[in-house]
Amino acid sequence: MPRFTSENTAVADDIIARYPRPKSAMIPLLHLAQEQDGYLTEEAMEHIAELIGVLPAEVLGTASFYEMFKREPVGDYVVNVCTNISCLLLGGEELLHHLEYRLGVRAGSTTPDGKFTLEDVECIAACTEAPCMQVNYRYFHRVELDEVDQLLDDLRSGRLAHEVPRHGTLSRVRQQLPEDRAGNAPPDRNVEPVWLARNRNDGEGDGQGGTP
Amino acid sequence: MTDTADVAAPDGAPPGPSGRGSGENVLTVTIDGRTITAAKGELVIDAAERNGIYIPRFCYHPRMRPVGMCRMCIVDIDTGRGPALQPSCMIECADGMTVDTGSPATRKAQEGVLEFLLVNHPLDCPVCDKGGECPLQDQTMSHGPGESRFVEEKRHFEKPIPVSDLVMLDRERCILCDRCTRFANEVAGDPLISFIDRGNETQVNTFPGHPFSSYFSGNTVQICPVGALTATPYRFKARPWDLEQAESTCTSCSVGCRVAIQSSRNQVLRYLGVDVDAVNWGWLCDKGCFDFEAVNSSERLGSPLVRDEGLLLKPATWNDALRRATVSIREGLQRSGPEGFAVLGGARLTNEDVYAWVKLTKGFIGSDNVDAQLGDGLPAEAVLGLPAATIDDACRPGGAVLLLGPDPKEELPVLYLRLRHAVVNDDVKIVELASTETGTTELAAHSLRYRPGHAVPLVRALLAGEPETQRGRHGVGADEVGGVAPEAIEAAGALLAERPVTVILGRANLAEGAKSIAAAARLIHDSHPEVNFLSALRRANVRGALELGMSPGVLPGRVTLDAGREWFAERWSTVPSAKGLDAAGILRAAADGKIDTLVLLGADPLADFPDRDLAERALAGARTVIACDQFLTESVRQADVVVPAAGYAEVDGTTTNLEGRVSTLAQQVTPPGTAQPDWSVAADLAFRLGFDLGIESVEQIAKEIEAVAPAFAGLTHHLMVLTDGQDGVLVSVRPRREARPEPSPDAPEPEVEAQPQVQADGPQPPEPSIPVPDWRVIDPPLLDAYSLRLVVNRKLYDRGTLVRHSPSLADLAEPATLCLHPHDFDRLGIVSGDDVRVTSGRGHVTVATRPDAGVPRGVAVLDANKAGGRANVLIDANAPVTDVRMERP
Amino acid sequence: MSATGNAKDIPRIMSGRWDLADGHTLERYLDTGGYEGLKRALTSMTPDEVTEEVKAASLLGRGGAGFPAGVKWGFCPPGVFPRYLVVNGDESEPGTYKDRILMERDPHQLIEGALIACYAIGAAQAFLYVRGEMALAQERIAQALNDAYAAGYIGCDIMGTAGFSVDVVLHWGAGAYIVGEETALIESLEGERGMPRLKPPYFPAAKGLYMQPTVVNNVETLANLPWIVTNGGAAFAALGAEKSLGTRLFAVSGHVNRPGVYEVEFGTTTFRDLLYGEHYGDGIRHDNRLKAFIPGGASAPWFFEEHLDLPLEAGAVGAAGSMLGSGAVVVMDETTDAVKAAWRMVRFFARESCGKCTPCREGATWLERILRRMLDGHGRPSDVDKLLDICDNISPQITWPPKQTTICPLGPSAVSPIASAVMRFRDEFFAYCGGGEITVPVNGKAYLSTPPTVGATP
Ligand SMILES: Cc1cc2nc3c(=O)[nH]c(=O)nc-3n(C[C@H](O)[C@H](O)[C@H](O)COP(=O)(O)O)c2cc1C
Ligand code: SF4
Ligand code: FES
Repeated sequence: MPRFTSENTAVADDIIARYPRPKSAMIPLLHLAQEQDGYLTEEAMEHIAELIGVLPAEVLGTASFYEMFKREPVGDYVVNVCTNISCLLLGGEELLHHLEYRLGVRAGSTTPDGKFTLEDVECIAACTEAPCMQVNYRYFHRVELDEVDQLLDDLRSGRLAHEVPRHGTLSRVRQQLPEDRAGNAPPDRNVEPVWLARNRNDGEGDGQGGTP
Repeated sequence: MTDTADVAAPDGAPPGPSGRGSGENVLTVTIDGRTITAAKGELVIDAAERNGIYIPRFCYHPRMRPVGMCRMCIVDIDTGRGPALQPSCMIECADGMTVDTGSPATRKAQEGVLEFLLVNHPLDCPVCDKGGECPLQDQTMSHGPGESRFVEEKRHFEKPIPVSDLVMLDRERCILCDRCTRFANEVAGDPLISFIDRGNETQVNTFPGHPFSSYFSGNTVQICPVGALTATPYRFKARPWDLEQAESTCTSCSVGCRVAIQSSRNQVLRYLGVDVDAVNWGWLCDKGCFDFEAVNSSERLGSPLVRDEGLLLKPATWNDALRRATVSIREGLQRSGPEGFAVLGGARLTNEDVYAWVKLTKGFIGSDNVDAQLGDGLPAEAVLGLPAATIDDACRPGGAVLLLGPDPKEELPVLYLRLRHAVVNDDVKIVELASTETGTTELAAHSLRYRPGHAVPLVRALLAGEPETQRGRHGVGADEVGGVAPEAIEAAGALLAERPVTVILGRANLAEGAKSIAAAARLIHDSHPEVNFLSALRRANVRGALELGMSPGVLPGRVTLDAGREWFAERWSTVPSAKGLDAAGILRAAADGKIDTLVLLGADPLADFPDRDLAERALAGARTVIACDQFLTESVRQADVVVPAAGYAEVDGTTTNLEGRVSTLAQQVTPPGTAQPDWSVAADLAFRLGFDLGIESVEQIAKEIEAVAPAFAGLTHHLMVLTDGQDGVLVSVRPRREARPEPSPDAPEPEVEAQPQVQADGPQPPEPSIPVPDWRVIDPPLLDAYSLRLVVNRKLYDRGTLVRHSPSLADLAEPATLCLHPHDFDRLGIVSGDDVRVTSGRGHVTVATRPDAGVPRGVAVLDANKAGGRANVLIDANAPVTDVRMERP
Repeated sequence: MSATGNAKDIPRIMSGRWDLADGHTLERYLDTGGYEGLKRALTSMTPDEVTEEVKAASLLGRGGAGFPAGVKWGFCPPGVFPRYLVVNGDESEPGTYKDRILMERDPHQLIEGALIACYAIGAAQAFLYVRGEMALAQERIAQALNDAYAAGYIGCDIMGTAGFSVDVVLHWGAGAYIVGEETALIESLEGERGMPRLKPPYFPAAKGLYMQPTVVNNVETLANLPWIVTNGGAAFAALGAEKSLGTRLFAVSGHVNRPGVYEVEFGTTTFRDLLYGEHYGDGIRHDNRLKAFIPGGASAPWFFEEHLDLPLEAGAVGAAGSMLGSGAVVVMDETTDAVKAAWRMVRFFARESCGKCTPCREGATWLERILRRMLDGHGRPSDVDKLLDICDNISPQITWPPKQTTICPLGPSAVSPIASAVMRFRDEFFAYCGGGEITVPVNGKAYLSTPPTVGATP
């Protein structure tokens, strides 16, 4: 299902409307595509280009800058092991090698059954909880080597499905903007917000120096 | 339409060429111990270069937004807090700033950058096209580290990949300067190439299945600082040190971009854009960039041809051909006098060629039946009579452009680039009047889609002034005009009313009579005499040809027959007695058997005249057809005498662009076979007819033009070649209402103007001036329910001579396709993609179809001069519009 | 699971709700004084007064650069609107872990802080840019925003204040460290590749998002605002010393007995307290000797034993040749292989270079490859000086604060670990090049000698 489903097209329109300029919705829409398909298809990028009024090359240019966007199918579970300094000091590499051994693949590849993609990643902001890893971007802190087998088993059997959704799904809660929202602040309309007028004692506006 | 002076560029405009400060503040900066002045907003790298100090750079390009990526231009800059390494391409001059481009810190940093760039750059200079003209190679020689300390393996990519039909990309050589990608995005507006991936893995590439098919892709090859981008027509053709070069002016269209012609062993191998501030800013379109292949074409005519008794064109000597031509002309003159002699064409010739032919025709034979246009342009009086605008006028910040003419993107591509820059960066607004969506529509603030034939009422409504009064006049819910909703007219009219306006005037739709466009222009001129017009006719020297009298009723130097009669009578042996026929008139007369000799000067009426049926009858009806051309075109095949003409890059001379800017053309190679310049054919013929044109060289003609043609007074060789005129000199004078601003370092260069010598005694030359007539237009007929109104537009790539004979471009011309609004497909019961038979009052063609939501309902769009369906078969040159019907073949 | 603590009797300005299981809910937030600061600002202070209070608190930015927040707000050019607030929640600097906790455990505090900032600077739209990999933080913030909108804390006429209408939009990244740099963050928010812009001219406060005035503040910076508005800038400034006032979060990781994120009094606490204090790091594991520690994230030059008594004060740390950066203290004991540690951090910078500047793009990669070659046993003695010379070409003279041949500080950041390690542990580098004794145990192919023990959990 390469392009957005009609349901997701509606979500996309809603996301685009949050921003003063449609192109700002680029990354959120790429995430939405990845949520839908598990990775980014060319058709999805073309669809995004249409939706935000740019050319596909620009979508690819942006998408390819960011590590989380996968342009090839990945495993159901993307296992990210941090090997950066704090984790390295406390066994991050050993954890990675252990997973390589258990999964039978090198970091950067996917198991033949398509279940797991193993990645050697940079610091994921859990440095005091080293060594740590993420599965589909859900954290596992202070991972002991002997816990790993159990974890893989639980993932394989779907026992953790509740905690670890499929790859591509990040926040399971979507921000809902109300109908009567305050609205975008369009960059080409120079309007002073009314509350700044509170700064006015005797007719002076903008507290940082007054309106010209 | 207000008549205010320049409006300042909006805040936040890039420090690009037109956004550079106000020029009021002049600053003092010290660079390498020298104190220099700089304009506020001027970049350090530019200020240094202006003063002869070249700071090395790779990513910086003066016509694009600086990005400061390559870091090669870092120098020590001290703004009072001690010297610090800063990229001189990003830092603006500040008063009191001290710059040291040679400090040890600068040296070390620049050497470091070079070494970093070479880390991944292959050492394949000996086989690289750029070798010998490569900034990276040059920098390495002069500043680089002696020996590589890099022992690791270099980055690998698949070797050159095609990013389009014309451009190849070698990503291993790429140094990621962002020039091509910035050009595609910022300048051309075709972001089809982009940086992909990140960091050291970054590469330039396209999206799969979306090639870099931009009309401007060739520029990326020129601005690439290494050999990463190469053009297929040039790859492996030559080494830079073998190339000879001359500066010239592109004649692929009338924008007149300055180019450098490069050749080797008498073969043109490449054109490079030359940066002229008033015109092309260094850019070329791909047609202009690659149609040099046509110069080298093996199909060029190299010897004269004469039709024998068996009615076949056979090679002949020049002597035979010219004798045959002379005999025919003489017989014709005896039979029916000067009116039996007619000349079509000249818009592709040099000014000097045109003058020679005009002098022969008007000044010796005495015929006024000449026309440089083929019924596909505008009346000469509209081109010459309306006050002229320059490209800079149209692009002046804060102004508005009323586009009543062809799609600049298709017909005048570099004008499109200038307009695009003006719209994107300088708050220029475009109001487009067109009958279908065009390549320029997305730039337009308002695009009014009018039904062909309704230009006059639409313009009248636009000019009607305050919307309130208009509403008052028409009452609430005023009617649409020519298919355009009143609200749209009101909005566009309001925009035009509040800004200074320049009109870009030309002929978009060949199936819509020229008169209605001219009449609409006259309406604007009458109510707003301050508005200037930029003529947008496509052929390179059409303006020059008209200025020099290649049009009925006009004498050289933009004077009418009547006003110039006395002046020219003293200089020529005769002057035509009355105004002659234009192209349509000549063809009609020829069809009626009233033309004895028809001369085609690089003209192909069968392909280009909007009414093909008439053109066919005319070529058959003229007693003798003499063609002077470079190729055996369809029309030339019908001639009785064919002489081979020397062409672009083979002759010296001058050409006049759409603004009326005269600039030089250079000979760089010799013409094929015995081909001769057109002026020498005219001189030869005159001589054989018993008349000495008195010209033996291009310089001599130029001198005579300067002396006799009033608008060209002061345009001396000295000015054009030796002093300030190399970038072109404007001959289109117009009333100057605004004083020229004081020159300042950041202001655009002031226009170079010709200074006519004031004659002390003797008769004074007539003032160059052509009155603008009052064209009467007939209301177009109502469209019946079964018909569609025809729109015939030209595209950049068509079956025109240059494209057809340039193998790299020929395949880019798409075959003819009839485009209709999707709704009309249903209404007429046609299936998309099917062939249909299109019939008009003049003829019929069978073409493929395609739905296109950009085409309004009730309109059928067919491109001119395409393979697989001749649009001009359908057009009636007499009618204001052409309606067609559709049926299954 | 996370170790948070607070030794002295100082207020827990930011971490107060971390111990509550439901501290992230609106209910609990309101129960514990939530949205009181905003209310106070809206009902009894003008926007300028809020700014003044923040200036009085002398709140330094917590994103790394440490610029005073109130002063930064004042840089918005007068009369130019709209202005935007962008919250920098892209936390990716190796060793840094504090914004994620703030976002996961107390999202409303951040939202309240953002609204207070919007009120003060006159921004009608705020963007919360959360790091892409932080799914739980995104979820918690999305829920918090939905709840806050529903309860009238965001949206039109916030808390009944006519005209104070602000939209807060949750946005998240997709994996690129450089996007934490504020101008790159703005590019990313505009849908572009996250490549930094040159400052000047593109200072966000003047020409930021959509070329409009934009205030970019770190999550932790904003999380202080509710407390400052409620308790006054003076109360905040009463804590700390010199320019470093209030409290600050430090993530202490690596070879300490008690790794954790601690809210400590800024400016007065010393590194020794942080590493060895029983409420904080509680000493080096196994009573090993300290080899080096990084005081402010991977970009900061390393400190050593002689620096332990420096206070956590921006000025003092700067003068000693490093920075507090993002509050990430990484502790390396004597078993650490300096070459390996330096290589790992350079690998990070090489991988995360945006690719814009030649010295960073090519230089960092080159450094990484030389170090990897050394670790693989193919080093040459000349490599050691070559490393330093390459560093010099990225950051001339390798000084502090760094000079740079690049646009943003990422390039020079790659120099910090190498220069620190080479200068202090030169022998170890030579050892890898067959030029001397290896002074630390290096097993086989140079993996860390450290067994993967997990630090003692508190
Ligand atoms: C390479 C680089 C990475 C950065 N990453 C972050 C980051 O992840 N989070 C952050 O808040 N600031 C980061 N910064 C600092 C920001 O540029 C900016 O200074 C900060 O967001 C301003 O907020 P503050 O004034 O509240 O500290 C980074 C800076 C650089 C140069
Ligand atoms: S220093 Fe590195 S990360 Fe920063 S802008 Fe330059 S290339 Fe990008
Ligand atoms: S020319 Fe200035 S950084 Fe490239």
